[in-house]
Amino acid sequence: MNIFDIMGPVMVGPSSSHTAGAARIGRLTRALLGEVPVRAEILLHGSFSATGRGHGTDRALAAGLLGMTADDPRLPQSLVLAREVGLEVTFGSVTLPHAHPNTAVLTVTGLSGRTVTVTAASLGGGRVQVTRVDDLEVSFSGDLPTLLLRNRDRPGIVAEAAHLLSAHGVNIATLHLRREGRGGLAAMVIESDQPIPEELLQALNTTDGIVSVRYLDPEGGV
Amino acid sequence: MSFNSVESLLDASRDLPLWRAVLEHDCQEEGIPPEQSLSRMDALWQAMKSAVADYDPARHSASGLVGGAAARVESSPHPIVGGFVTQVIAAAMKTGECNACMRRIVAAPTAGASGVLPGVLLPYQSQYHTSDQEMVHALYAAAGFGQVIAARASISGAEGGCQAEVGSASGMAAAALVSLHGGTPEQMAHACAMALKNLLGLVCDPVAGLVEVPCVKRNVAGAMNALACAEMALAGVESAIPCDEVIDAMRSVGALLPDSLRETGRGGLAATPTALRAAQRLRGGAL
Repeated sequence: MNIFDIMGPVMVGPSSSHTAGAARIGRLTRALLGEVPVRAEILLHGSFSATGRGHGTDRALAAGLLGMTADDPRLPQSLVLAREVGLEVTFGSVTLPHAHPNTAVLTVTGLSGRTVTVTAASLGGGRVQVTRVDDLEVSFSGDLPTLLLRNRDRPGIVAEAAHLLSAHGVNIATLHLRREGRGGLAAMVIESDQPIPEELLQALNTTDGIVSVRYLDPEGGV
Repeated sequence: MSFNSVESLLDASRDLPLWRAVLEHDCQEEGIPPEQSLSRMDALWQAMKSAVADYDPARHSASGLVGGAAARVESSPHPIVGGFVTQVIAAAMKTGECNACMRRIVAAPTAGASGVLPGVLLPYQSQYHTSDQEMVHALYAAAGFGQVIAARASISGAEGGCQAEVGSASGMAAAALVSLHGGTPEQMAHACAMALKNLLGLVCDPVAGLVEVPCVKRNVAGAMNALACAEMALAGVESAIPCDEVIDAMRSVGALLPDSLRETGRGGLAATPTALRAAQRLRGGAL
């Protein structure tokens, strides 16, 4: 851990896992949706469900969906603010097998009707891990720019994606590849050291064999 | 790699102040210039001060269990010690109460233990008129020891009990005080070791699972313990067990703690009849 994992973050209390981590999950979900959310159905698992209200987990998740960071002093009023800006949020409980005790499942719909379902866990100290995006099992923190690509399982597709990244001066920090079955649909999760420029996203989007592109920009606001 | 032993931290501090060794090491790891790191640490220090400055005794936590206590301590008509020590109690409590009331604090190392470092550092600054820069340096010393604790043991109550949260914060605060008061790196290590030893085995048993009872008052215990251990270390008192071994012992004690005493809200104080009644009352409004 670097020293700012020990010291900090600056955050609205009371719990780095149940409040700061929850706000981060909300914000990452908004970024994965890629547009302004208008409806969110949030399911809480384990300790999130049991002690969430007392820890403000509900308000923190909503605050994140509104684009707030964990230190935003408006966080405690987020449910009221959400209503004001036309974001409808509902909460429920869920029991997920083998999930981290601080896990939330967010199904969010944006202005254009686009939706995304994100499952993420709050690991402590405000750090989080996204474990599922729609039907794709993943594992990333959202600390780095992250690309989620759906691609056909055919020779050369990973090389083509890697080549496009390298041509734009983007270094791959981690790359996870999995496929449903031979010759079927596959998925790449790429964390990079540099943000992904818009023209690179478009190039990936129009690459033959790449079916869909989702991009998480940790610095970006929507 | 971050520092994973106090011994390596002391080694790195032979030719330069310990805080500087921590700063340089981290900048190298992160690939950032020292000014960037220093301004980030300064922002944390300013946020610690703001949390205490913004304290409002009228505020209460969502459960109603926390609020107004620090103000009572400050205005006590008949204190035993008063002065610096009363300020330590009040500053630790104010931060803890702000945290429980969903105000902005600095997790150091966690939100639950956020009162310990400001608890000793704010009164120190007003007593000794140290510059903000020196206070920021002390935070690096604290972070260096915190890094070792996180690497060898844990700073999470769910993993290691309250010894990992308030205990770790207390060890870090003791080292920071020694650093501020002109002690040697060895004395910082002794202060940290003693502070950890005194809180070894402290369980995490929050009432209704909330960061309120007993967390706020345990921050006071962590701060007072840090003060006493720094005082001892500066006087030349040494820990019989080296700091690294104490941290390793803390890890094994944490592993031996049952689940019920590791932030599940099921054992210890959380299992008392009064706590169960409070939990029952709160569950009426649970999600």
